[in-house]
Amino acid sequence: MQNNSTTKIVKALDRFAPLKQNTLARDMVVRPRLTTWQEIWIRFKGNKLAMLGLFMLCALLLVSIFAPLLSPYDYFSNNLKNANQPPSSTHWFGTDDLGRDMFVRTWKGAQISLFVGFAAALIDLIIGIIYGGIMGYYGGKVDEVMNRFSEIIYAIPYLLVVILLLVVMDPSLFTIIIAMSITGWINMAWIVRGQIMQLKNQEYALASRALGAGHFRIIFKHLIPNAAGPILATIALTVPTAIFTEAFLSFLGLGVQSPVASWGTMIDDSVGAISRYPWRLAFPAFFLCLTIFAFNVFSDGVRDALDPKTSK
Amino acid sequence: MIKIAMQKFIFMLVSLFILITATFFLMNGVPGSPMQSEKATSAQVQKNLEAYYGLDKSLGEQYITYLKNIVKLDFGISMKKRHHSVNKMIADSFGYSLKLGLAAIVTSLVVGCYLGIIAALYHRKFYDHFAMTIAVLGLAIPSVVMAPLLQYIFAVKLSLFDTARIDELKDYVLPTIALASGPIAYIARLLRTNMIEVLNADFIKMAKAKGLAGHIIVWKHCLRNSMLPVVTYMGFLTANVITGSVIIEKVFAIPGMGSFFISSVIDRDYPLIMGTTIFYAALLVLCRFLSDMAYIFVDPRIRSAQGKQVA
Repeated sequence: MQNNSTTKIVKALDRFAPLKQNTLARDMVVRPRLTTWQEIWIRFKGNKLAMLGLFMLCALLLVSIFAPLLSPYDYFSNNLKNANQPPSSTHWFGTDDLGRDMFVRTWKGAQISLFVGFAAALIDLIIGIIYGGIMGYYGGKVDEVMNRFSEIIYAIPYLLVVILLLVVMDPSLFTIIIAMSITGWINMAWIVRGQIMQLKNQEYALASRALGAGHFRIIFKHLIPNAAGPILATIALTVPTAIFTEAFLSFLGLGVQSPVASWGTMIDDSVGAISRYPWRLAFPAFFLCLTIFAFNVFSDGVRDALDPKTSK
Repeated sequence: MIKIAMQKFIFMLVSLFILITATFFLMNGVPGSPMQSEKATSAQVQKNLEAYYGLDKSLGEQYITYLKNIVKLDFGISMKKRHHSVNKMIADSFGYSLKLGLAAIVTSLVVGCYLGIIAALYHRKFYDHFAMTIAVLGLAIPSVVMAPLLQYIFAVKLSLFDTARIDELKDYVLPTIALASGPIAYIARLLRTNMIEVLNADFIKMAKAKGLAGHIIVWKHCLRNSMLPVVTYMGFLTANVITGSVIIEKVFAIPGMGSFFISSVIDRDYPLIMGTTIFYAALLVLCRFLSDMAYIFVDPRIRSAQGKQVA
């Protein structure tokens, strides 16, 4: 009886034949293996509006760098004979009340706005990562004390600090950036803190620690790169806010001083003459809006690409 | 909950105190005295003036008097407009800012919520795209551009409104739109995202299955659950409106707090700067405190675990 069943099983086993090598190809991964960032890039590319934003930003950056270099005019020379000229073939965007070429001034303004935006974002990034990284990584008492401190700073209205500092220090690009950074880093620090707190308990961080890696190495080699997504999304929002604040302050006469041109000061200069010389307002205003728009759709795209849930 | 409220309240006072102290020492750290003017004054006059403003005492003493006066809500005397107390100047100008601010807050809440609801209900249809186009424009056009633009189109070209006058109700229309355009866009987007999420939730399906009327589902079940982020945003909205009004008041020549603050900064009128700064700060910090409280009150989940929401 037992013998019989054994032979049955052996017979059944005989029916199994080794597979030929090529049939194994069915198990191969057809889709090429992608890193996380490649997947994010593919999702981002699928978002037409966000791509438009990225394209516009690149174009703005390039034109703002090269247009003032290639133009025969400069942004500071007065030419009162040519004051308040409408747009023409010689002065593409017209001239302002001192006869300065608006085309060059508009792009000079773009340089300043973009510089302020990126500089503020960079400072926020550096301070935010260091402060937030320490808060999140060490936790406990360190976190408590540092968090309280940041909460207190955060409660101080940001614009008041900026304006107060500009009263004390001379209005300049440098002052504006410093003033914006005093409270600006806190959002970034909180984002980093939240990310680090989540990530530090992951296995790879533990493994690295077991292998004897120091705190510094774990934070900067393992934790920060993995928190890059939310950090990037925050930066993409910081830049337009900084550009907006610069325009705001320059409009109030607290920003960069003449003859340096910023979109805010140009708008401020031209508001009084709006009914007679509308082009003096139109060009800087248009490009200010365009820049903020481009950053907004770009950062929306980045956020959606990082978190596919939100795009639905 | 009371413990969290107390904690937040104490933080509020601490940050206010830090700001008051920082303001005082910053203003006293500025080189040059506000008494220096183009007119040559004799040493005696100079001394009398300093005594009048209490500048002859030591810095520590000045600071103590300053703190005492603030507790009594006395912000001192303006240096540019002789014998005008800062309190009176704030009281005179704040009315305009308050009216404008309230109008802007109500407008942005009503219009923003309306656009957000419409966009969520007609998700991916014409009304959604329409509302979101408005929202994108509202976010992209900063008040620095919006205010002159509105003035140019509606007051200069179409002559529908007066350019710079603030007597009647009608005169508030353009400034209110200019001030509210950003917040409208923000609220609309915020509410849309949340409502789309809530509309897919199980309890909405349940309500539909029960046969509830559409408007009851929207108003009673859906809106209530998606308003949370908007409630948190209220604190930021108030802060935005208060600081944003600085620009609007400049463009539309409204004699409110904002234009006062800026002119005091440009004139270096230190008592006025300190007075307006502290007034603004108290207002903003209070708004943030109230919105924190509202958030805790509305969302029971926050009461135990104190979450940090960053807008």
